[in-house]
Amino acid sequence: MRDTMDLIADFFRELAADYPRWNFIWMYEPLQQGKVLSGIWMTIKLSIACLILSMIIGVLGAFAQGSRNVILRSIVQGYIQFFRNTPPYVQLLFFYFALGQFTPTYSPDGWLEMPIISNVGWAIISLSFFAGAFNVEIFRAGIEAVPESTREASESLGFSRGQTYRYVVLPLALRVSLPALNNNLVNLVKTTTQAFGIAVPELLYQSVTIWNDYPSALYPTMLLVFVVYIVLVGLLVMSMNRWESSMRIPGYGS
Amino acid sequence: MTEWTEKDPIVSIQDVHKYFGDLQVLKGVSLDVMKGEVVCIIGPSGSGKSTLIRCVNALNDIQGGTIKVRGIDLTDPNLDMLALRKRVGMVFQQYNLFPHKTAIENIMMAPMLVLKENEDEVRKLARELMRKVRLEDKEDAYPGELSGGQQQRVAIARSLAMSPDVMLFDEVTAALDPETVKEVLVTIKDLAQDGMTCILVTHEMGFAREVADHIYFTDHGVIVEHGPPSTFFSKAKDPRTKEFLSQIL
Repeated sequence: MRDTMDLIADFFRELAADYPRWNFIWMYEPLQQGKVLSGIWMTIKLSIACLILSMIIGVLGAFAQGSRNVILRSIVQGYIQFFRNTPPYVQLLFFYFALGQFTPTYSPDGWLEMPIISNVGWAIISLSFFAGAFNVEIFRAGIEAVPESTREASESLGFSRGQTYRYVVLPLALRVSLPALNNNLVNLVKTTTQAFGIAVPELLYQSVTIWNDYPSALYPTMLLVFVVYIVLVGLLVMSMNRWESSMRIPGYGS
Repeated sequence: MTEWTEKDPIVSIQDVHKYFGDLQVLKGVSLDVMKGEVVCIIGPSGSGKSTLIRCVNALNDIQGGTIKVRGIDLTDPNLDMLALRKRVGMVFQQYNLFPHKTAIENIMMAPMLVLKENEDEVRKLARELMRKVRLEDKEDAYPGELSGGQQQRVAIARSLAMSPDVMLFDEVTAALDPETVKEVLVTIKDLAQDGMTCILVTHEMGFAREVADHIYFTDHGVIVEHGPPSTFFSKAKDPRTKEFLSQIL
């Protein structure tokens, strides 16, 4: 095993010597390798946190939109308009640089002043709200697709509004929403690269530091970034498709 | 409030007025149904018959008059909706089964979630009801895999699972193929013969004549004429009733 690793490292070291533009430096230098791996890991963590949070925002927002309270509805509507109609990158900078100034700080050692929300925290919040705004609309469309008559049937059986939502409307709405949700979540995973703008050490950030230090590693590292995203998004799409087919209802729809 | 007794009508509708916006759909409708009676409401489209029976389980609210179901006053602002809906079962034209649940799950959901009954007992009851509507071999089929008539029979079983005192049928055969109409009507007839109080909105005149104890004819939001089928069909007095009957009989 050790030998094979060495062989591979040697191969790439020689490749870089022979073809200076193809320096796969992270295949033979442990420091750069560490950067790439930690970048991928950060991208995965960022994606998963944003996926979960944005879906929670979507479900809560869609539920709030169906409320009778006009103020609550207009708050949700305002939120959607703001986050859907402005660039996510600007939102990210706004959250980190503008809102970040007003958050309390703490001091781990008596000298340093650390904000309680780190740049990673802001990236998760900002990107989740961005994708969440779309999720609200996606879930709302799904809820509206459930016929009024199906709701009436469950009401006439004595279900409360909450029970009707939980056991009838949401399960059906989710099935309608999945294809659109799938698209939005794919976009979300790719948008995590913008966290680079507030120095979150995700894959793109780490890659840029590598090719700034080693211009000869530019092509291979860019190639790596593409490949990693293709694989990550591919995995996401695969699991979403699996989810979709596990929820397929026999004899209903296609 | 006086207690309801078996001698009182189980459904009592008095001078009910109903508006949709400016449009008046019911203009003072009164109708009493005794326990065990089968009542058919007939009339041209838009005459308010579906609206009327939807008012009986509070799917529509009313703007005037009173409706009482077994003593429960539907116009009471503190109406216990759950108590009402346990008493009244409703079957719709479009079946409205839950498409993501199997036939037996459709039947079991309400007793388990609303009445909080034990799953094993509910399953036993649901099996019995599936047998009653002659679908014992379709327990695990999803609504999408059943024919219209089969779905409608599951819908009837689903309502029966709440053991209601009154069953409302809102044009339940109107969306069905002619061949499957009969199987649904047979199911309803069985129910009627078992003594279930039924209020039906229907266009099936032959069926109405056969099972109804009383027939009401509505037009433009009022009850024009009513009577037992023996006299209603042969000795209608009002010209509107005569015209309607001549068109469909």
